[in-house]
Amino acid sequence: MAYELNGETYAADEEGYLTDLSKWNPELAALIAVDEKIDMTDEHWEVVNFLREYYDEYQIAPAIRVLVKAMKKKFGAEKASNKYLYELFPYGPAKQACKIAGLPKPTGCV
Amino acid sequence: MSEDMDDDVAKKFLYVNRKAPYGTIYALESLEVVLIGAAFEQDVSLAFLDDGVYQLIDGQKTTGIGMKNFSPTYKALGDYEVTKLYVEKESLEERGLTVDDLMDIVYEDEDDDWEEKPSIRLVSRAEMAEIMADQDVVLSF
Repeated sequence: MAYELNGETYAADEEGYLTDLSKWNPELAALIAVDEKIDMTDEHWEVVNFLREYYDEYQIAPAIRVLVKAMKKKFGAEKASNKYLYELFPYGPAKQACKIAGLPKPTGCV
Repeated sequence: MSEDMDDDVAKKFLYVNRKAPYGTIYALESLEVVLIGAAFEQDVSLAFLDDGVYQLIDGQKTTGIGMKNFSPTYKALGDYEVTKLYVEKESLEERGLTVDDLMDIVYEDEDDDWEEKPSIRLVSRAEMAEIMADQDVVLSF
């Protein structure tokens, strides 16, 4: 599949993950979010930006429990639980947030 | 999970890495299996010997060969509670390398106020043999 934005085509795999993550931009993220039926708030962007930083440093999308642990360190305990992340991304935080962040599907994610 | 349960339930897994990082898919496959397997809360450690020691070399650049440089991912292993990377001293020496040529890989010790500690443990060939003998499962890549 592919995303269309401002006359440009962005290739994605059959599940909607961007093929070339260097093509990512916030506007495209917002478009993917609409497809995922997510209304992006500051809290959503916090997670998405955090995932991009993690990927930038380690070249992987973290597993959910690793994400929770790392978020706890950065944002504090109230923003670091499965429940908090599932409220933001009901169809799976790792899956949906990574897709919006333009990252590959997390390793070991079901 | 309590310490006692760990002893009863968790098996000791050792992933043995013997190949250079980019000529074959073995190194990357091993790393991915480790990351996936880490979810099962076993006692996981990695061994690097023969050309496998090249996987941990600092300052890898892969633009010339058109492959993704996945070496930064070894630094995420601590987040996955994989904190023991055994590197064989003789394998380094035979290649003119020392531990200073390797990446600085650390983990945060939960039981010691999250202090950063080195994950890389330099061991002799004889010690490596003992480590292998002590495992429940050894997977070779």
